[in-house]
Amino acid sequence: MQQLESLAREAVALAAGSRTVIPILSAREAEVGRQMQICNACRYCEGFCAVFPAMTRRLEFGKADIHFLANLCHNCGACLHACQYAPPHEFAVNVPQAMAQVRGQTYVDYAWPPALGALYQRNGLTLSLALATGLALFLILAVAVNGTLWGGQLGGNFYNLFPHNLLVGLFAPVFLFATLALAMGVRGFWRDVTPATSGAPLSGPAAAEATDAVLRLKYLDGGHGMGCNNDDDAFTLARRRFHHFTFYGFLLCFAATSVATIYHYAFGWTAPYELPSLPKLLGVVGGVSLMIGTAGLWHLNRRRHPLHGDAVQRPMDLGFIALLFLTSASGLALWLGRGTPALAVLLCLHLGAVMALFATLPYGKFGHGIFRSAALLRHAIEKRQPNTIGLAAD
Amino acid sequence: MLDVLVIGGGNAALCAALMAREAGASVTLLEAAPREWRGGNSQHTRNLRCMHDAPQDVLVDAYPEEEYWQDLLKVTGGITNEALARLTIRASSNCRDWMRKHGVHFQPPLSGALHVARTNAFFMGGGKALVNAYFRSAEKLGVQIRYDTAVVSVELDGDRFVAACTASGERIEARSCVLAAGGFESNRDWLREAWGQNGRGEWPSDNFLIRGTRFNQGVLLKSMMEAGADSIGDPTQAHMVAIDARAPLYDGGICTRIDCVSLGVVVNREAQRFYDEGEDFWPKRYAIWGRLVAQQPGQIGYSIIDQKAIGRFMPPVFAGVTANTLAELASRLGLPERAFVHTVEAYNAACRPGSFDHTALDDCRTEGLTPAKTHWARPIDTPPYYGYALKPGVTFTYLGLKVNDKSAVHFGGRPSPNLFVAGEMMAGNVLGQGYTAGVGMSIGTAFGRIAGTQAALAALKEFEHAAA
Repeated sequence: MQQLESLAREAVALAAGSRTVIPILSAREAEVGRQMQICNACRYCEGFCAVFPAMTRRLEFGKADIHFLANLCHNCGACLHACQYAPPHEFAVNVPQAMAQVRGQTYVDYAWPPALGALYQRNGLTLSLALATGLALFLILAVAVNGTLWGGQLGGNFYNLFPHNLLVGLFAPVFLFATLALAMGVRGFWRDVTPATSGAPLSGPAAAEATDAVLRLKYLDGGHGMGCNNDDDAFTLARRRFHHFTFYGFLLCFAATSVATIYHYAFGWTAPYELPSLPKLLGVVGGVSLMIGTAGLWHLNRRRHPLHGDAVQRPMDLGFIALLFLTSASGLALWLGRGTPALAVLLCLHLGAVMALFATLPYGKFGHGIFRSAALLRHAIEKRQPNTIGLAAD
Repeated sequence: MLDVLVIGGGNAALCAALMAREAGASVTLLEAAPREWRGGNSQHTRNLRCMHDAPQDVLVDAYPEEEYWQDLLKVTGGITNEALARLTIRASSNCRDWMRKHGVHFQPPLSGALHVARTNAFFMGGGKALVNAYFRSAEKLGVQIRYDTAVVSVELDGDRFVAACTASGERIEARSCVLAAGGFESNRDWLREAWGQNGRGEWPSDNFLIRGTRFNQGVLLKSMMEAGADSIGDPTQAHMVAIDARAPLYDGGICTRIDCVSLGVVVNREAQRFYDEGEDFWPKRYAIWGRLVAQQPGQIGYSIIDQKAIGRFMPPVFAGVTANTLAELASRLGLPERAFVHTVEAYNAACRPGSFDHTALDDCRTEGLTPAKTHWARPIDTPPYYGYALKPGVTFTYLGLKVNDKSAVHFGGRPSPNLFVAGEMMAGNVLGQGYTAGVGMSIGTAFGRIAGTQAALAALKEFEHAAA
């Protein structure tokens, strides 16, 4: 029905000789457009985040505007609890939910290659299959190489099971593909939202501001520093903090791997590394941080107010959180259990988890960070351009 | 026995409950609405008019007491009580730290509201966020909160409060009581009675929309007046603005306003203009248009603009009716085509050339037209044309209970020792007519806090009296 209306609108616009053709909005996009028109006539939430100031620069909400705003929204929940038009009001305004639903759709729409976008829609299944495949791959390999999964002549060194070059040969292509897929996805998004966000090119100050917003998770601070909402209308910094644990934990683990790669190729220092070597230090701190962060986010996610976000995406959120937790926990277990007969099993578990994580990076929750960063960057660029709307009251 | 009973769940009630609790009293608050509709009209507010002698966080420059008082004097046409008004003004200068302590956050003025950047402090997230913060703080401090609990009458012993009776027949005793249950604007029957029937045989109020809560039925106000409490304010008056005719019957709030009146023309059902649309800046004129529309046949008006006006006013909540010719617009709006085209063409012909500036009282005006349009008059000649149907939207009513500087309810000119009133139920003491942005919240906050403190004191006295 919504599509029919958009089609009719487009036909009318064409008949009237209007130069701008309104792209057809999906039902979810039309819902964001409807809510934004209500919000734009109210504006009480301007102080909470970047979405509302960006909204006030617009009078109409086209597809690209909606995609941009949906990815700018951090689903903090503040505007829902503050909203005089939230359900049970007949206007039924729930911006975090409407935005989340479109956001989920943009992940699918911009996925590269496009055919794999469908993986988002059944993300729980995608993650489970990836994990099962990863595990099976390494377990079978281990038995083939070692003859057994328990004990064996490994001497605490996992390269005795899987030689370095074999691991590089398995992981490098998957990782490079994931990076390429994410880059292609966000490239498409950037190309579509740029004209809708002033079209201006990237500038140093805008990049600095967006980076700051990403690294500090500025828009989970509620605009007043007390944090966002989780269970109810009270503000909490817990979500922001656990996200920091997760994000920085992930970065530290990634740094550990990168340093280890440099050690290996540049200096010929081969793994396993022990404390207090830099890769181990980064890995242990990162792994523990990742476990704390994901455990916290899991707990908060389970207690989220039912009206927050898009319930359909819950399996994707929780699946990603669980996989990150499994990756970090198995990594730490591998380190602690390296001298035990369990080494081979632990190694397979960890490598299987990492493989599943890498393989699903472009088709799961990880994408939110990439698309949101791009939206924040476009916002930082757009807000530096003169506002074309001049209200009489101002 | 309970110390302080607070009846109502909006800003004034919450301020009273918090102050009484902070003073050490046991407090129960009765909210007529269910939890999801709590907060009365406060959930639709957005700012507090604040006196300040120097820049203060979100407030720029200064807004001294005298200027605030002069503004009040002007909008009320002198129908105010200077002592109580000045008390409100002074209280507005130092209440915000207390508000912050209870979780209220302030934000810089909203885009589209910069004209009040100096005088008004905006609540971050608006009035519902404020109401949420106060309820959270009250719960944390141990105030007992009961939703879905409407009070229908109060049991008195002379001028002393004894107990409240709820709609379900429950009797709740307390040592003292604060009434903060709002006005009667949502009571359709009462509005009908107040507005009566007009010369056309219409009951105008039947076509009014209520911008605020559906729970302001005025039941308690009426029962207090029947019990002999002194009242103040004109019962036939209400603050009314012209809002989108498609707005919901209740709780349309701020977003249903139509801000393009001064940029075009407004016609009635017969396609005739009836008032100078460009008399003054819209923020200074929007409040008279509710009444103007209420006087038109069918209590409906139509704001008409063309493409030139787009982007120069706050975007409306509902898309306008559009057309590429004036005749087509008339037919889509259900207006008589020939009369409409004639009205607009006569207006267009009367527009004198000038330099249009929607941010100033410019020199674009009509000549030889009745009624004239004295500013921003530009021909409506650039399609597409837009039309918005307008109806009167009631914000609040002025009738309330008379108070003194202790917020006490009066009986035959004498203050009650333990019954107090705050918020919209007594705002008429300060605001006998008219309105200026944020002053309702100033009155509610000032008298809510006074009433809470006085109720806690009165409860202590009652307790000592009983013990002696």
